[in-house]
Amino acid sequence: MNLFPYDSKFDFMRLRKVSLGIAIALLVIAIGSLTVRGLKFALDFTGGTVVELKFEKEVDIGDLRGKLEAAGFESAQVQTFGASNDIVVRLQPLAGQVNAEKTGDSVLAAARIEGNPAKLTRADFVGPQVGKELAEQGVIAVIFVAFGFLLYISIRFEWKFAIAAILATMHDVIICTGYFSVTGKEFDLNVLAGILSVMGYSINDTIVVFDRVRENFRGLHRLEAYEVLNRSVNQTLSRTIITSFVALLTVLALYFFGGSALRGMAESQIIGIIIGTLSSIFVACPLLLWFGTTRIDLLPRAKDDADLARRP
Amino acid sequence: MTLEYPNWKKAIIFVVLAFGLLYSLPNLYRQDPAVQISASRGAVLDETIKDKVQGDLERAKIGFKAIELSEKRLLVRLLDGDTQLRASELLHGSLGENYTVALNLASTVPSWLTRFGAHPMTLGLDLQGGVHFLMEVDRKSVIEHADERLVDDIKTTLRDRNIRGTAARADNGVLVTLRSDEDRKRAASEIANLAPGVVIEDVAGSLDSFPLSVKVPDEARIAAMDQVIDQNLSTLRNRINALGVAEPVIQRQGAARIAVQLPGIQDTAAAKKILGATATLEYRLSDVENASRVMEAVQTGRVPAGARLYYTRDGQPVLLSRRVIAQGDEIVTATSIIDSDSGTPAVSIRLNNAGGSKMLQVTEENVGRPLAVVFIERIPETRMVDGKEVRSARIKEEVISIANIREPFGKSFLTTGLQKAEADELALLLRAGSLSAPIDIVEERIIGPSLGRDNIEAGVDAVFYSFLFVMAFFVIYYKMFGIVTNLAVLLNLLLVVAVMSLFGATLTLPGLAGIALTIGMSVDANVLINERIREELRAGTSPLASIAVGYEKASGTILDANVTALLGGIALFSFGSGPIRGFALSLCVGILTSMYTAVSVSRGIASLFYSGRKKLARLSI
Repeated sequence: MNLFPYDSKFDFMRLRKVSLGIAIALLVIAIGSLTVRGLKFALDFTGGTVVELKFEKEVDIGDLRGKLEAAGFESAQVQTFGASNDIVVRLQPLAGQVNAEKTGDSVLAAARIEGNPAKLTRADFVGPQVGKELAEQGVIAVIFVAFGFLLYISIRFEWKFAIAAILATMHDVIICTGYFSVTGKEFDLNVLAGILSVMGYSINDTIVVFDRVRENFRGLHRLEAYEVLNRSVNQTLSRTIITSFVALLTVLALYFFGGSALRGMAESQIIGIIIGTLSSIFVACPLLLWFGTTRIDLLPRAKDDADLARRP
Repeated sequence: MTLEYPNWKKAIIFVVLAFGLLYSLPNLYRQDPAVQISASRGAVLDETIKDKVQGDLERAKIGFKAIELSEKRLLVRLLDGDTQLRASELLHGSLGENYTVALNLASTVPSWLTRFGAHPMTLGLDLQGGVHFLMEVDRKSVIEHADERLVDDIKTTLRDRNIRGTAARADNGVLVTLRSDEDRKRAASEIANLAPGVVIEDVAGSLDSFPLSVKVPDEARIAAMDQVIDQNLSTLRNRINALGVAEPVIQRQGAARIAVQLPGIQDTAAAKKILGATATLEYRLSDVENASRVMEAVQTGRVPAGARLYYTRDGQPVLLSRRVIAQGDEIVTATSIIDSDSGTPAVSIRLNNAGGSKMLQVTEENVGRPLAVVFIERIPETRMVDGKEVRSARIKEEVISIANIREPFGKSFLTTGLQKAEADELALLLRAGSLSAPIDIVEERIIGPSLGRDNIEAGVDAVFYSFLFVMAFFVIYYKMFGIVTNLAVLLNLLLVVAVMSLFGATLTLPGLAGIALTIGMSVDANVLINERIREELRAGTSPLASIAVGYEKASGTILDANVTALLGGIALFSFGSGPIRGFALSLCVGILTSMYTAVSVSRGIASLFYSGRKKLARLSI
């Protein structure tokens, strides 16, 4: 069976100006939004209010979460606390509610369940779950990830490949983060994990295409870089589509059936998989062409030197 | 190129499969809610206690599954979370101060499995919940401590400036009494320099007494309290890290509280002890001049000036110098070791520069004199007064060792005179820093998963169905090779779970994202192989050679793609914290297993199907 194209001959490189233009435009929008609007950080990062309720009877947590959401408390964390009728809610207070008691009262009002009265046992502010050090360490981690990629790809391939791969991957991560800024969707730890997995997915995808580029550069001697890149993308196209399709399927299932808490992470991964797939074709390969990558770049260095030595 | 697959490689596949099954199996056993009782120093755990516990539970009509007595603890397995809380409260009351009662989740993994070292993965707070402690900083003691320090500072300043007067703690501050109005004015300006922000006022006195009130404003108190809580927060974080608990949540709650959440099954009794503990050490010289007056001090209560009365562990009274040479907060590192000279447990201690130079100076001047180590422990107590809980704390100070100074020493030295467990605990506490204010556990609960059980069930269902769909897709799309792919991917999943269980990793939602990603990469590796084989077939290569060439060529690509991702994982693991680490760990483990299963195992399976058939006309791919 064969659903996805073999022996396709799309001229992807012809679109390079358009595709790189779109990529840069998206980057500008993402970075612009990140600097102007910033991210809407969730409770994990900002802290908020913790409210404890004691119901008379057992409570359906999903139902309660729905009620709170309807009352304007988006993404409240609802947990049982010891017993199934003791509930603890962590949420960000509504605008203008400066003290915790006020938030507590409105949560109590929103959480009213017919025939199962509740009382408020505590309302307090809570600090953030992750400290400032996470942000600092996160930045250091990303720098080291990029550095590791750079080094490995430079050794296994060539520095032009390394730069192109990293630019493409960073492009994906920034756009994915930018998406959360533009839409004003909540950015929590799970979204962060989702974006990090996008980074892994994106680099994986780019390397697979680059690997074929390297193979073709070495095997197809007479062809121009333009044609080599086009052929490589076309040859790996069926694999790229199948893998992305399968990955997307899993994440879509998570998005539609995984409940509200998983939605953020699933969303970041959906965007990431789409952008990551497109960027290895439309960003990474055009960048290689733009950097003037040729067959010579991939030849073993020693041979080059030997060639040079033989010259009169 | 041939498709032959050596027998030893096949054997390895079976060993790996067996390993995967064995070590992922414990994850199928659900945990029992339990109450764990452990004995403090001096108390014993025996059949009598077991019978008492059983009796207490039966009288209160609390159903339980089993009561297990082991060397270190008594474990009561209960039916559900509700009875667990009730049982814990009941036993806490009836067993008294000498026993620590803690909530726990007890493993139900059969012993034949644990004998292999197989344990279930701990699920993180988001997926499973865990234990929640609410801790309160002792506000009164923070204020007292600050005021005492202010009194000391004022006294020193007055002495340095040759102003005659006294200072003592008073309502919300300090009362300084001076001899003349002129002195009072000078003192007021000195104090204003010493402690900016305090409110200084003259108070009506008598002919020869000119009192001055120094009051600390509320804002300054709140700021000081904030600072104390922040310090305690980081100390607690250090302590929990030292305990080795993965993925804890430590956050401030309200004005004077800190909430600590530890995921899943933990030795909560130990955690409790470490979290709330304020044990520390002080080094003091023995007061040899007054040594003969010890008995007098014990009998009359009159302690000679410059000395303090202490007792050793076995109850011997001893007089020590009032001056502290070094104390807990000057300790940089502490490790529990076995002293090679005496063969007894000891704590090896290194002081900071200031503490080290003080220690060197004192020991140089006092060779031959005894040096005492005082162990200070704060034990929180709860009593019921008029039906209300009243919290207080008892400070226990005892001399754990007195030894003559044989030669001067500075930064590094040993402290002996402890039992093994105490040495371990003390080293952990000293290393993790002392709390800047005493902190008590005011509440302990088992909490549900923060993502909500409904969410997790929905998520698991979603992943399960998508997995089924993907597998069906592969079988339809690649036929025989789809089955090979599915087997390899399933084995990969099994291996990830097994390795992570073996590591004792904590599985959180970000961790699951990591696993999902590696499953994706494992799928990708198989797709790469299958597409290569198809490519070779289209190029006219014979079926068997196509398989061999396909695997060969795809392996290089898979290696590059996976090593790059692995590098990313390693960097994230070393520099990330908390949830990022969980993600990175599962990513790294998953990449390693997926490289093996996609390249080696799937090839083994393929050769199992095809290598015997020399004249294969068509491939089912």
